[in-house]
Amino acid sequence: MIRFIFRRLISLALSLLVASVVIFTVIEVVPGDPASYMLGLNASPDTVAALRDQLGLNASAPARYLGWLVGMLAGDFGLSYTYKVPVAALVSARLAVSLPLTVYALALAILIAFPTGLLAAARSGRASDGVVMGATQIGIALPNFWFAMLLVLVFALHWHWFPAGGFPGWQAGIATGLRALTLPAIALALPQAAILARVLRSALIETLDQDYIRTARAKGLTRRQTILRHALRNAMIPVLTILGMQFSFLLAGAIIIENVFYLPGLGRLIFQAITQRDLIVVESVVMILVFAVILVTFLVDLAYAAIDPRLRRRA
Amino acid sequence: MRLPLLIGAILSATALSAAAVSLAWTPYDIAALAIADKLQPPSAAHWFGTDHFGRDIGSMLMAGAQTSIAVALVAVGIGMGLGVPLGLLAAANRGGLIDEAVMRANDLVFAFPSLVIAILITAVFGPSAVNAILAIGIFNIPVFARVVRGGALSLWTLDFTRAAEVAGKGAARISIEHILPNVANLLIVQGTIQFSLGILAEAGLSYVGLGAQPPTASWGRMLAEAQTMVTLAPHVAIFPGLAIVFTVLGLNLLGDGLRDRLDPRSRRAP
Repeated sequence: MIRFIFRRLISLALSLLVASVVIFTVIEVVPGDPASYMLGLNASPDTVAALRDQLGLNASAPARYLGWLVGMLAGDFGLSYTYKVPVAALVSARLAVSLPLTVYALALAILIAFPTGLLAAARSGRASDGVVMGATQIGIALPNFWFAMLLVLVFALHWHWFPAGGFPGWQAGIATGLRALTLPAIALALPQAAILARVLRSALIETLDQDYIRTARAKGLTRRQTILRHALRNAMIPVLTILGMQFSFLLAGAIIIENVFYLPGLGRLIFQAITQRDLIVVESVVMILVFAVILVTFLVDLAYAAIDPRLRRRA
Repeated sequence: MRLPLLIGAILSATALSAAAVSLAWTPYDIAALAIADKLQPPSAAHWFGTDHFGRDIGSMLMAGAQTSIAVALVAVGIGMGLGVPLGLLAAANRGGLIDEAVMRANDLVFAFPSLVIAILITAVFGPSAVNAILAIGIFNIPVFARVVRGGALSLWTLDFTRAAEVAGKGAARISIEHILPNVANLLIVQGTIQFSLGILAEAGLSYVGLGAQPPTASWGRMLAEAQTMVTLAPHVAIFPGLAIVFTVLGLNLLGDGLRDRLDPRSRRAP
């Protein structure tokens, strides 16, 4: 297991390194000079020269890349051009909204999907299975940001159960913060829960077909015990794969849905940065998003190995 | 024909024909503003009501279908055009250096969700509809490469590819003449799935301003504009969303139905 983790760690580091090269290169191909691109057409040559100096543009590309990389390792993402504050401070303030939202949504998705998928698999072929499967088809087709608008319309504007938008900050109390994130989290979670429930159902149905399940039943275990003890564990591999992918969908979804609820998260930061051409912020936020996705893939790999010892020898 | 497949085919055909008809005709001119008629609820003259500029929402939905379908279709084209050859190449070289390189490159692209690709492209080149196509298209490449490689790997173990090798055919010729036709079913099914995902992604990207730009009609942009007047005129926000749901639902049902028909193995565990 130690060797497995070590090898996975090396490939994690390599993926991050290559991803950082790709991001740096894409930002490099900005037409013309990044400093004049960021400042616009009316900038005086002096301002452009000052910004070039601040960005370290007079150094060679490899040197700048190394500087960026070493800085990031030390937690220094540079200075935002428009906000004049360290990008690391900006990003961590915004992550305090986006990350809890993503995790909240993931937790909701799991809470909805597991009972639903289990029920559908246990009753596969019957009417209740048909109803659940039909509902998940609609869930998958829902654009989360539109669903969010409908939720606001009904639960915030009509019934006033939840705030329609904005975020009071965690200093207002965890309950108040969670309440502000509840509608966005539901909007993000439901379409993903639909996907997860379908995957869980078909993985369970497939494992329930296996000989060891028949053995377990023959041994005298009830249907419920068989599903929970034997089938579920073996059905977890495809479910974990989807969960890992869903994290990145949820993170991207969170960035989009922040616009519906006017939440001060990473999404708002990055869209402002794009309009203001603050490439330093864009570059760093993109790197952090990609880092999150790669890290989750790594964790999913570890979870595979924890669940299924056979997978430790491979890869 | 089973009911879900039939519903899927009807919904998909409706969206496709709405898009096709909008090329030549829409009930109203979507470029013409009629402020006096703004935010009208659905009526006999305007089945889906009008927006804040008095434009006919039904006409805009038709033109929006055209944008969504065009973006998703080209994105699937990019994904297949690059992903399929890469997948075939990797499978032909199974276990070798090229296979390894293709798979690692795939993993790398998977680390960039299409939203992140769109953010990068837009930050560098400015907003345009092409960004959405590129972002979704790039995201599709590893998806198709993986599906084709997976399908091709099992075909390479079968006798008929052995026979072709013995007959003196090269790996490239076998890939094109024998492997490709046998993974076509997989491609049709995956293509339908990526097509519907592309429509959802396009809506999301144009909603946040990374996709189609005015004056191009797009479902995502209609929703973005509707957001501020959702209390005044809920219909402005409801219809574009329903258009997305029905189109995506239709394509998903069509894809599932096609999979059941084309792949007998999947019939056992629906």
